Amino acid sequence: MDPARFTPVDATTWRIEPSGAMRAPAVIYANEDLIRGMDEKVYDQAANVASLPGIVTAAYVMPDAHWGYGFPIGGVAAFDPDDGGVVSAGGVGFDISCGVRTMLTGLKTSEIRPVQHALADAFYREIPAGVGSKGAITLDNADLDAMLTAGARWAVAHGWGEERDLGRIEEGGMEADAKPECVSERAKERQRRQMGTLGSGNHYLEVQAVTDILDPGAAEAFHLSKDDVVVTVHCGSRGLGHQIGSEYLKEMAIAAKAASIDLPDRELACAPIKSDVGQRYLGAMRAAVNCALANREILTHHARQVIRRFFPNAALDLLFDVSHNTCKVESHVVDGKPKELFVHRKGATRALGPGHPSLPDALRPLGQPVLIGGSMGTSSYILVGAAGSATKSFASACHGAGRAMSRHAALKQWSGRKIVDDLAAEGIVIRSPSSRGVAEEAPGAYKDVGAVVAAAEEAGLARRVAQLRPLICIKG
Amino acid sequence: MTLAPNNVRNSAVGAASTIGWELFSHDADVGVRGFGSTVAEALEGAALALTAVITDAPIAPETRVEVTCDAPDIELLLVEWLNAIIYEMAVRHMILGRFAVHIEGTRLRGTLWGEPADAKKHAPVCEPKGATYTALRVAQDADGFWSASCVVDV
Repeated sequence: MDPARFTPVDATTWRIEPSGAMRAPAVIYANEDLIRGMDEKVYDQAANVASLPGIVTAAYVMPDAHWGYGFPIGGVAAFDPDDGGVVSAGGVGFDISCGVRTMLTGLKTSEIRPVQHALADAFYREIPAGVGSKGAITLDNADLDAMLTAGARWAVAHGWGEERDLGRIEEGGMEADAKPECVSERAKERQRRQMGTLGSGNHYLEVQAVTDILDPGAAEAFHLSKDDVVVTVHCGSRGLGHQIGSEYLKEMAIAAKAASIDLPDRELACAPIKSDVGQRYLGAMRAAVNCALANREILTHHARQVIRRFFPNAALDLLFDVSHNTCKVESHVVDGKPKELFVHRKGATRALGPGHPSLPDALRPLGQPVLIGGSMGTSSYILVGAAGSATKSFASACHGAGRAMSRHAALKQWSGRKIVDDLAAEGIVIRSPSSRGVAEEAPGAYKDVGAVVAAAEEAGLARRVAQLRPLICIKG
Repeated sequence: MTLAPNNVRNSAVGAASTIGWELFSHDADVGVRGFGSTVAEALEGAALALTAVITDAPIAPETRVEVTCDAPDIELLLVEWLNAIIYEMAVRHMILGRFAVHIEGTRLRGTLWGEPADAKKHAPVCEPKGATYTALRVAQDADGFWSASCVVDV
């Protein structure tokens, strides 16, 4: 995009002033280089989001933004139910509650190196990933409804996870007010055999080394030191979330018309929060959040089993689990008064600052860990929510590097086999069923994640704590 | 958005077929486009493109699956059709690679053929999550051919 289209506020804050149908400004947090690298459609999509009924303060765009569906990926918007505000299936996305969790291992890089290939093989064998993969768990209808109601708590109660994890998951591992009865039979059928599976595309399980500590105080509080090894999982609500997203998108496209909401893009399909379809979507979406939380908990359980085979005394404490495709009811101060808002984050991570009441005791003084995934050959980062993020972006930050190049362009430029060999030479072991899949997810097809997180820090959204480098990457 | 060059291919349904397909670029995901002398053929082509998103391997037509769907207009019908295929592949753990479409108004009857997904045989690239309304277009071009396209979230 041409930065000249925006009103510059400072080096990492740029505004689109309201015009036409826009009810609020749009604010993008990025530096000039990142903005130049973004598709022009990000501008249009941000302006479109700002035109939706009941939007509060502004539509926000994170530094990793790219062309999405209705909302830009990297989009944040809050809506006021008392002002005709809407909930949007497109504003949450197809992979509801897709997110990242990072687990500390208590191991050092030097301990992993001698078993790196054997460990990669064990993960690849035992973490179901990719098309057609089935989990070891088959759920009947009652199990499905219980899982959709209680999320990671359900997984822990069934022995697929540990009680102590729950405090390190958003909402204590269970999104309240989920309504399994608002989830279609087709969506449930799609999930029946998918619990504990990783999925495909940009989803992964990585064993990562802490290569750099950028904020020693915060790193100490998060129990992160240089050369520590962590395990990170990136995945979401699998087929169930995708089916809910598709079905409600269609229903909301019709509902928006009935509510006389003029949609500039069908993908912005939405419904008033205070409407039947709006409430049913929220109930189904929260069920999908629970599905994602349960799924990541089960994957963590499998990962622990694999690691303990190699390192029986490994600590394996969960650092945090945070979703980046959600709509959450949150209290934010608007015009000096607290207000309950429906905050959509599409490809954006919640980044609660220090003192937030919903953080567990151990994290509250410091702020929430913000987990930023890179691509398989590049760094990931752990950030911490900044004190000012609440007023700047409804306490949100970026979620990843963001693609710089389409899958097709990546496929033309790289061979999967060569990427695997090149990364192996750099000490990064990749396991994937598809060479073409590896090429489409080539490290070079993504933006420089370092520039993205530096911009997030400069904009005051979140502060960098530690840099991670992959040792093993399992791709679906 | 740029068209992917040199990847329009005839489908495998016979020499007389006018069905074709291609993939096109999207920032994070991928677009599918089918062509044909009728809307039904264009939708068959779009389904072939969907299979090509998943794998380059040939798919044996071992098992037949029937689906029906309908939608308020022909463009939404394309999305419903692709989502029906995605659903059948997901719940049956199959890859579907041959398609026949019959359309009456905005109601579609589809026949799908395929085989169980096999990581070694198909080396599947990714699992489509859903068809989207982005770049959604079903239209007759100036040369009389129909095209049917949208972006698929992977």
